[in-house]
Amino acid sequence: MKNTLKQVFRSANFRIGFIIIVLILLLITIYPIFSPGNPLQMIGYDSFIPPGLYVSLYDSLDVPRIYTLRLEGADQIRIYAKLRPTDRELIRDWLLLYSEYNEVFELRKEDINLEDTEALLGLWWTYFDPEIRFENLTIAERRAFARLDTRIDGIFDLYDKYIWTYNPETGEQELVGSVTNLAYINVSDVTNVRLLPLGTDNFGRDMFKQLVSAITTSLAIGLIAGLIATMIGLVLGLLSGYLSGFVDDVIMFFTNLFTVIPGIVLLILISYSIGQEQRGPATVAIVIGLTSWVWTTRSVRAQVLSLRNRDHVNLSKLSGHSLPRIVIKDILPYIASYVVMAFILQVSSAILAEAGLSMLGLGPRTTETATLGLMMNWAMRYTAHLSGAWWAYYPVILVIALISFALNLINTGLDRVFNPQLRD
Amino acid sequence: MSEREICLSGTGVSKVFGFGNRKTVAVDNVDFNFYSGELVSIVGESGSGKTTLIKMLLGLTSVTEGEIQFLGKKRDIRTRSKKKEYWKDIQAIFQDPFSSYNIFSKIDSVLLDCIHMRGGRMLPKAKKIEMMEEACRFVNLKYAEMTNKYPFELSGGQMQRLMIARIFLLRPKILLADEPTSMIDACSRATILDMLLNLRNETGMTIIFITHDMGLAYYISDTVYIMERGKIVEFGSADEVILNPQADYTKRLLSDVPKIHEPWEFSKRNQTPPPQTPVEA
Ligand SMILES: Nc1ncnc2c1ncn2[C@@H]1O[C@H](COP(=O)(O)OP(=O)(O)O)[C@@H](O)[C@H]1O
Ligand SMILES: [Mg+2]
Repeated sequence: MKNTLKQVFRSANFRIGFIIIVLILLLITIYPIFSPGNPLQMIGYDSFIPPGLYVSLYDSLDVPRIYTLRLEGADQIRIYAKLRPTDRELIRDWLLLYSEYNEVFELRKEDINLEDTEALLGLWWTYFDPEIRFENLTIAERRAFARLDTRIDGIFDLYDKYIWTYNPETGEQELVGSVTNLAYINVSDVTNVRLLPLGTDNFGRDMFKQLVSAITTSLAIGLIAGLIATMIGLVLGLLSGYLSGFVDDVIMFFTNLFTVIPGIVLLILISYSIGQEQRGPATVAIVIGLTSWVWTTRSVRAQVLSLRNRDHVNLSKLSGHSLPRIVIKDILPYIASYVVMAFILQVSSAILAEAGLSMLGLGPRTTETATLGLMMNWAMRYTAHLSGAWWAYYPVILVIALISFALNLINTGLDRVFNPQLRD
Repeated sequence: MSEREICLSGTGVSKVFGFGNRKTVAVDNVDFNFYSGELVSIVGESGSGKTTLIKMLLGLTSVTEGEIQFLGKKRDIRTRSKKKEYWKDIQAIFQDPFSSYNIFSKIDSVLLDCIHMRGGRMLPKAKKIEMMEEACRFVNLKYAEMTNKYPFELSGGQMQRLMIARIFLLRPKILLADEPTSMIDACSRATILDMLLNLRNETGMTIIFITHDMGLAYYISDTVYIMERGKIVEFGSADEVILNPQADYTKRLLSDVPKIHEPWEFSKRNQTPPPQTPVEA
């Protein structure tokens, strides 16, 4: 046993898969401890907040100390951030149009340096006139130029910003302070700071927290479904292979029946007929398990058929052992490694099956738990891709892929150990 | 001859595998009478149906046609308990020691099972160990070295000796030995044969010995049956069959026995076409 474990860990495939799974398991056990609470709670008023560190602006004004820092290049960075590359291109476009329009003003594309903010803005402020109507320009494009003009108005200004507050005694607004362009605060002084590693989804729910809880649920679904499928497959396969005759015929009839009807069709029909309200994660797991035992049955049966005429089984019979004992002690250990591998594959495919079902809207009922499939479904239904909210679906896809990748790696690793022909 | 007691006999015994054009007649309408206490050899090439016949005699596969009599009566092994009773009287040693053991069970369980089968389940533990020690000693193994070991930690010869120890404990009336020496090295071979013959002297059991080696059959047996493609082509006392063979097949088998004093001629061997039988299953 110890030797087998050593062998298993010698396989690089197994090690990689194992490490991935262990990391995922660590994540789903440790993260909820540090970040308790309902993963489906809506924390954002906006949909699809991008990932990042969120600092309370309100609390920032109440920090105990404001520092003055004269940092080199701070002004340039500020201006550069206000005048983004797209804005600079817009300015250039307008100037080129203007040079065509006005015979006196000559400007070529090569003469414009987009990085030289001051020269660019100097030209803009000298020549820009919202009244000029170029041909071939849509209203939207014209408005874009006008909007740009108002936005960059006062871009070089370094006036202080003033903070006013409401005084309930006098009923008037009172000036409480001002902020210079050299004022800094320490983020750790701010009372409310929240890291949203994956932003939020369309309902304003913390995507990362939701993802962690979805992994937990999906793994549980995979395990339950895998266990059910493997148990059914194992028992039917053993019975059918060892007993043969009538029992075999009956079992194989049902196995063939389930083989010719594709599992996914059955899954969809059953899920649909159960109805949205009755479908919790456990129900979905059971349904997946009940529709995916066929291949395990077939292969266990095939293995038992080749084992049951082996001499060690004959010797066991000659030693007067009972049928259950022969099946459990002389046949089961020989297929145990295979069954373990089949189980791992079942888990992986059950997770994928749940994802598929949920994408079709036939997964567990929503609003209670998140599963990987449901998260995909939400991202799809609320068109995350159109909002550019990659964080609403890429991490989910990545996790699904990672889990089934890791489980398959573990399997090939085990295969190499249990199947001496593949051993190197 | 006729005053001796027949312990196992068969009339018109056949075994057919498959059907249609995949049909194989492994054993074809054979008759035999095995007498108590004798050592019978069944000789034939690989694929001639020896193992299949043995499995039928053991009741491990069904008999397609024909009837087997055990101790003068029609054999009845239709229920599991009757089979269990039958297996107290008839036991076997298989050809391949490496596949005869469950590789997941420790080997002491093999011997313990035999004591239990002989009704020794209630014996005190010390007595059981004493019996197992005796059995191991008989086959020149050390019981202390056998405990807590898995079969694959033994050599082929040791495994086959342990099989004989098993028979030593079980003391069946009939032992079917299916080429017990063909898969092990030549040195262990003689030892194992000696042990089998010793066991026979000690218990007086009937041994049905399967082999493809004519020389060996002549050396050890009282009666020899020759099997060719599922049929028994010749039988009789060892002297009769081997010194005065009647069937062509027997003559050919005899010509294949290498004789130490004669130069072995390759061309002579090639005069007979190779048998058209499939490789042993
Ligand atoms: N379970 C089986 N199914 C089909 N054919 C078999 C089976 N067992 C043995 N045979 C066939 O029966 C014939 C006799 O085999 P066997 O009894 O093993 O021969 P031997 O032991 O003399 O070498 C062979 O042709 C073999 O292919
Ligand atoms: Mg054979």
